[in-house]
Amino acid sequence: MGALLEGLRKAFSSFIEKLGSKELSSKELQPVLEELKLSLVRNDVAYTVAEEICSEIAEKLSGVKVGRFEDVRPLVKKTLRQVLLETLKTSYEKGFLETVKAKVSKGEPAVILFVGVNGSGKTLTIAKVGRMLLRNGFTVCIACSDTFRAGAIEQVEILAKRLGVRAIKQTYGSDAAAVAYDAVQYARAHGINVVLIDTAGRMQTRRNLMEEMRKIARVTNPDLVVFVGDSLTGNDAVNQAEEFMKYVGIDFVILTKMDADAKGGAAISISKLIGRPVAYIGTGQDLEDLEPFDPERFVDKIVV
Amino acid sequence: MSLEGLGKSLRSTLAKVFKASRVDKELVKGLVNDLVRALLQADVQVDLVIDLAKRVEDRALNEKPPPGVTRREHIVKVVYDEVVKLLGGENVSSPVPKLGKMNVYMLVGLQGSGKTTTACKLASFYQRRGFRTGLICADVYRPGAYQQLKQLGDKAGVPVYGEPDGKDPVKIVLDGLELFRRSKRDLVIIDTAGRHKDEESLMKEVKELYEVIKPDEVILTVDATIGQQAYSQAKAFHEAVGVGSIIVTKMDGSARGGGALSAVAATGAPVKFIGVGEKLDDLEVFNPRRFVARLLGFGDIEGLLEKFKRAELKVSEKEARSVLMGRFTLKDLYKQMESLRKLGPLKSIISHLPGFSYGLSDELLEEAEDKMDRWKAIIESMTEEERVNPKVLNASRVRRIARGAGVSERDVKELIKYYERTVKLLKAMRGRRSLLRAGRRTGFKVPKVDIG
Ligand SMILES: Nc1nc2c(ncn2[C@@H]2O[C@H](COP(=O)(O)OP(=O)(O)OP(=O)(O)O)[C@@H](O)[C@H]2O)c(=O)[nH]1
Ligand SMILES: Nc1nc2c(ncn2[C@@H]2O[C@H](COP(=O)(O)OP(=O)(O)OP(=O)(O)O)[C@@H](O)[C@H]2O)c(=O)[nH]1
Ligand SMILES: [Mg+2]
Ligand SMILES: [Mg+2]
Repeated sequence: MGALLEGLRKAFSSFIEKLGSKELSSKELQPVLEELKLSLVRNDVAYTVAEEICSEIAEKLSGVKVGRFEDVRPLVKKTLRQVLLETLKTSYEKGFLETVKAKVSKGEPAVILFVGVNGSGKTLTIAKVGRMLLRNGFTVCIACSDTFRAGAIEQVEILAKRLGVRAIKQTYGSDAAAVAYDAVQYARAHGINVVLIDTAGRMQTRRNLMEEMRKIARVTNPDLVVFVGDSLTGNDAVNQAEEFMKYVGIDFVILTKMDADAKGGAAISISKLIGRPVAYIGTGQDLEDLEPFDPERFVDKIVV
Repeated sequence: MSLEGLGKSLRSTLAKVFKASRVDKELVKGLVNDLVRALLQADVQVDLVIDLAKRVEDRALNEKPPPGVTRREHIVKVVYDEVVKLLGGENVSSPVPKLGKMNVYMLVGLQGSGKTTTACKLASFYQRRGFRTGLICADVYRPGAYQQLKQLGDKAGVPVYGEPDGKDPVKIVLDGLELFRRSKRDLVIIDTAGRHKDEESLMKEVKELYEVIKPDEVILTVDATIGQQAYSQAKAFHEAVGVGSIIVTKMDGSARGGGALSAVAATGAPVKFIGVGEKLDDLEVFNPRRFVARLLGFGDIEGLLEKFKRAELKVSEKEARSVLMGRFTLKDLYKQMESLRKLGPLKSIISHLPGFSYGLSDELLEEAEDKMDRWKAIIESMTEEERVNPKVLNASRVRRIARGAGVSERDVKELIKYYERTVKLLKAMRGRRSLLRAGRRTGFKVPKVDIG
């Protein structure tokens, strides 16, 4: 992740330097915070989230008394770390794999629903997650619940074949929830551990499509809902995350295309907004290109 | 998100312009700040925004408005002009395939940006206008890429060439072009695999394709939701294959598409179409006027100004004075919300503002209405003292009010936060005593604009 986060890291270290030589009055804080806000935006943190982070930092730092010759750097650093970690390390009691394990140990298939806007990378990510689960000793099947987009079913079938797992499908135009339900039934009957449900991409502003997704969730009662977001997304990340959260609830986020020189700001925007952790990041188009997201490391790289 | 975010800055800016009797430095600065915020929220590249802000400020302060145009109108026009200029002007023509030859267009862009869908939309667009079109799949990586193009092509009645198991895009394209030349196609559109600037071998591949095919036009698809990276990505494509025009996809969502502006700046290529849905006919010829209105968060300027006039609220001088002197209380806020709600459902109010209606779902509007109603209920549950002096609100009062209004404590806190922000804004405007004096003479009116 090193180079990817260079920009964010720079933003924060210049902030720290600027502050280090000053006393912490809010008058002095303000222009530096303005600058920090722009740096955050440059790194694709949504504008409103950047504002919020800045005011949190201001709140934590204002009124703090520091001696004239005391080095305030450690203090500022600590505050930044704290605000960012609070945002990114949104406590979620169990990790992704642990949740799957827990469900499987009850002798039931774990059902994972993947949702997101058009083209964010859901289908490829499902294959990547599938590979990871297979590596961890689980058996997997995939539901072709995108029955809308041209080529969607074939795309899943080819990927499933690559993984050597079963794709459960009907024809284009059939009820997405019904396909998902079939897949869960199939898994039950055949002792498959995990059902990965591929859904059609949808704009969060399309009410009927959002309702359709809610129906899939209602019918399959997933153990996990994964929001797949494109890490190149700008301000819209906020709106997307909020709406998907509202309709189906989100347990984990996977951010794709981090290899596309993404700056990582979307991770901050989304976590801030919905209080759910980014579990993995996509770092390429191969099935191996999935990495756990590590907030500590992320923040360490930013605040040095 | 509530309505709060959308166009709010522009509306409050215009409100300021309305209230002011003349242009001065402060006012222009305020306007420019709001412009900066709107553009950044719309995903325009930070450096572009800073440049633009400088130009607007300069022009607004130095230029003399033409006869018959007021200073205030002039500022709004300057903002509009500058953004349109960035987009390459008001006049857009869709590329017309040349007659008497086979035209070749090639689509390039980031992964998932909408190339395949757009290729088919374009083929269908020109087919409906009498051109014989064809499609070629040069994506040999993405699973199901050929099937996707084929299924869409079949739906559009456009022939598709591709090799589902092919490995060599150059060969596929050459074979396809040969086939379409024989069947006398007027326009062939090539769909390529998604790639980004750091995928060296893929960038090399598309360059090679370009050099072999020498397409008449290279079209870059830009996803409306993309953030600050639009610039550098577009630049890399431009350096590799020379981008001739841009299509902004997914404009049917809630993103404002500021990344398109960055892409235009990086390539010098104009935007020609926008994608507004997943279906074949969800393609529109680019309209800069509408695009800019949406980007900035306002609809048609005339309509907005008209709306402001109609929504004006007569207030007594005492109230006007107290608002302007920063003694804006929750009672004032209540009054604002009440008169806004009296105008009718937000949906119909908003429909007067074309730019707003774009990405606003009914649900979002309902949510905004709900919120206003909740806030009204909250203020109703307060004591007179709390309304006039919200500083006294502590945790136990907040709890009591929430219970009384039947809302969550979070709702109450949100209202207080909003109120505090408004007060801050008003404070920033205060000190303009000339305003008050002008108001006294003319029967000062306060446009009620903030609908939080
Ligand atoms: N470079 C890179 N490309 C990715 C990554 N994840 C997905 N992609 C690419 O993004 C494109 C879209 O991926 P899909 O998995 O089809 O996206 P989707 O969300 O299922 O799309 P729809 O179903 O059409 O909404 C494909 O070209 C993928 O190869 C990633 O982490 N890095
Ligand atoms: N809502 C909406 N969806 C769109 C639009 N254009 C494309 N899409 C959707 O976006 C997703 C990705 O589109 P594709 O055409 O597959 O994108 P691509 O650039 O060819 O993707 P790769 O080949 O994987 O790089 C699909 O779900 C499309 O249906 C649009 O204008 N509006
Ligand atoms: Mg998909
Ligand atoms: Mg494609």
